[in-house]
Amino acid sequence: MIGPTLWLTLIGMGLITYAIRLALILLLGRLALPERAQRALRLVPPAVLAAIIFPELLRPAGAFDISPGNARLLAGLIAALVAWRTKNALLTIGVGMAALWVFQAVYRP
Amino acid sequence: MIYGALAMTTGLPVAMAQAMSAVVFAGSAQFIAVQLIANGAPALVLLLTTFVVNIRHLLYSASVAPYLAGLRPGWKWLLAYLLTDEAYAVAILHYQQTDARHRGDAEDAESRRATPRPRHYYLLGAGLALWLTWQLSTALGITLGAAVPPGWGLDFALPLTFIALLAPVLKDRPAIVAALAAGAVALIAAGWPYKLGLVAAALAGIAAGAWADRRSAPIVAPASYSGHAPGGAVARPDADAETDPLAQDVP
Repeated sequence: MIGPTLWLTLIGMGLITYAIRLALILLLGRLALPERAQRALRLVPPAVLAAIIFPELLRPAGAFDISPGNARLLAGLIAALVAWRTKNALLTIGVGMAALWVFQAVYRP
Repeated sequence: MIYGALAMTTGLPVAMAQAMSAVVFAGSAQFIAVQLIANGAPALVLLLTTFVVNIRHLLYSASVAPYLAGLRPGWKWLLAYLLTDEAYAVAILHYQQTDARHRGDAEDAESRRATPRPRHYYLLGAGLALWLTWQLSTALGITLGAAVPPGWGLDFALPLTFIALLAPVLKDRPAIVAALAAGAVALIAAGWPYKLGLVAAALAGIAAGAWADRRSAPIVAPASYSGHAPGGAVARPDADAETDPLAQDVP
């Protein structure tokens, strides 16, 4: 996907986001969000994020790789530990990148 | 800033990377879009994913609506554009605190209903400040990202960013169930055409999390003993979801 198509897609993404943000500000009183829906919406971030992370770590080259030779899996696990303990985004990214470089240097001398 | 740098490592043109910050203005959706574009996903999948990722803004929209009810339409249309995770979090806290301060004063509440105080300036100020920061830091990230040579594996910073965003949202059992189910389906469906595996995995995760939520709902006490706690995360049923989802949407 290049050029005009990508631009149109980008504008479409903007319109979708804007419509979601605007909808209930305009429709208040005529439409309330049920409790069930509100609780389900809270689950969107964990589901989407995990759906991206798992394949990136466990299928880095398209095929399953659950071995110590998978540098991205090891670095990702270390980063996850840092994220869980510190809740610090920049530190997580920094440690994760450093771990990746170390593992890559070890495996591919 | 991280967004701008990552957009460059995936080969997105500079103008598009910056335009996305201005047009979409939603950090997590932009990160995911960059990843999908790099993987060659088609337009429909990008739009679908944007919808799924940003549908949480419905919550914010519903939540601030009472405070903006008396405004002219132009104000509502402008403030809706600025309603990011952070702007919402800051504004709703302010509104609730000022509400609490005035509660008990019936006369004041009555007069406020008649003529709402100009509280929308608070959301406008927070929204504009965040907007400007986001545009400038995108530009800075683009400059830095373009200077980093490929081969450093900097594309890995994208999943690392998602790991950093995921950790703080895993604060109760339904969220953990949602993450594990979505991750498992994503692994199985990674080879699906058009990158539809991501959408399928997200929906499966939300369904599984909602099921876990329904199961645990009648239990009042924290049910930390009634099963295994994956990932060793601590269940905190008291932590409410007022401002939690992807709180670092615009880093």
